[in-house]
Amino acid sequence: MNGTAWRGDDVILSGSGVTLQYKTPNHLVTATYKVDFEVCQSDRYVILGPSGCGKSTLLKAIGGFLAPVEGEIRIHNQRVKGPGPDRMMVFQEFEQLMPWKTVLNNVLFPMIATGKFRGRQAEERAHAALDKVNLTRFSNVYPHMLSGGMKMRVAIARAMALEPDVLLMDEPFAALDALTRRKMQEELLSLWEQLRFTVLFVTHSIEEAIIVGSRILVLSPHPGRVRAELGCECFHYGNVENPEFGGLSKRIHNLLFETGQMPAEEAHS
Amino acid sequence: MSTALLHQETLSAARIRPDFERQPIDASAVGDVERRLGLGERLLGNEGFRRTLLLLALALLWEVYARLLGNPLLFPSFTETVQAFWTDLWSGLLVTRVLASLKSLVLGYAIGLALATALTALAVSVRIGSDLLSTLTAMFNPLPAIALLPLALIWFGLGTPSLVFVIVHSVLWAVALNTLTGFRGVPETLRMTGHNLGLKGPRYVALILTPAAFPAILAGLKIGWAFAWRTLIAAELVFGVSSRSGGLGWYIFEARAQLETSRVFAGLLAVILIGLLVESLIFRVIEARTVQRWGMQR
Repeated sequence: MNGTAWRGDDVILSGSGVTLQYKTPNHLVTATYKVDFEVCQSDRYVILGPSGCGKSTLLKAIGGFLAPVEGEIRIHNQRVKGPGPDRMMVFQEFEQLMPWKTVLNNVLFPMIATGKFRGRQAEERAHAALDKVNLTRFSNVYPHMLSGGMKMRVAIARAMALEPDVLLMDEPFAALDALTRRKMQEELLSLWEQLRFTVLFVTHSIEEAIIVGSRILVLSPHPGRVRAELGCECFHYGNVENPEFGGLSKRIHNLLFETGQMPAEEAHS
Repeated sequence: MSTALLHQETLSAARIRPDFERQPIDASAVGDVERRLGLGERLLGNEGFRRTLLLLALALLWEVYARLLGNPLLFPSFTETVQAFWTDLWSGLLVTRVLASLKSLVLGYAIGLALATALTALAVSVRIGSDLLSTLTAMFNPLPAIALLPLALIWFGLGTPSLVFVIVHSVLWAVALNTLTGFRGVPETLRMTGHNLGLKGPRYVALILTPAAFPAILAGLKIGWAFAWRTLIAAELVFGVSSRSGGLGWYIFEARAQLETSRVFAGLLAVILIGLLVESLIFRVIEARTVQRWGMQR
């Protein structure tokens, strides 16, 4: 995965000065404050931060479920106004699949509902997508018969089959056990190797961020503000033992947990 | 080695458990790993069979009690009831009565469902609609349909329109309330999945909300059906007399007037049988094909 060569220079998704607020019954919570980001074609862009840094809220805003109070989010230079199939979301919860549809129909549904693909073409794409996530055998099964990891794979296949401009993943592997999670991370990476899609990935695991991502946006908590943006394209499961991996991991750890003074090592870089 | 010894000394009280590896033991003594259950076990596992057994036991109990009582005017036996039932079924009297009842029932049920759909659609699309439905349901759901009969008589006179009116009243609120509850219980993630695809308005309700809330909707349909059936029989008992072809309620009323208690029982049996048939043939099948297959209900 030697790769800056793969990255196009065209920014397809960007946010400038994005401030997000939402209301709870008693409070007005500011989730993020003046966050900037730029995502290029084929990026594996990770939003990393401790809980309460508004990373999921930011992803929801990119998905169009929430409008920024200040600043704007643009996709292909169009202002994001609401949810749309150009930004397919994969949620953390398993219940995002429609229990009343078989696995195959779950994958077919977005294509037919949005009218982007029809008939035979849609069916072929659905089969291909299921094949890529190794679920061909289960295409006629209902979601309740699948394990958590399999449901997640269906959700990913469903999103991929629609060929969105960006894939938004909200801690998609957080609810999985450690072994399945690792397998899913590897599968996601090998899918990316094949298809070179653009993905935005929210996580609170530093290791996952470094392995899955090609760029990491580190957010500080309460409210979420940009702390750093780091490239990490050269790291994968093969070099977890590498001291550089540990170094980066430690650096991010310090960024996240040392409040107040800027760490010296960041000033150098 | 030395560390192991050290470890052993510090944990001298613990048992020494050596590591081992071995081939799995021979399991052929179990026979087939997957074996078909015997006929008896399979029959007992069948709900239909268990329920039939239960019904037979109840019928037997009825027969024995009636024979012991020996007063057919008060409590006819099961066989007498079945006899009366068959006689009237073959003469066609019961069939026309049932058809007359079903006609008003289906009409009222359909109108009730249509109104419930309209009200719930309004309730999910605008907030004031939701307030309206909540208020109306709170007001009218506890109101017994029979209490509206005098009003129905004034407005529509004797006959089918009055029956349909009270049936609509009994169906509407139960179905609307259940559907709205179901819609409100649809998980946020599923809603977002729908919005993500750009689904809005009627398509969103039809493609996402309705199937996701289907267990609650189905429960509403069942309750609505039972309410409608009850209301119909009660209403017919009160004024089925004047409509030229009375329904089942009128059949029961007539039999009572002639002191033919076994026919009263036969009428009640018909009410129960139709209820059972609708439950087991229509609702069971819908349930098995939808919510159970989807794993939303056990």
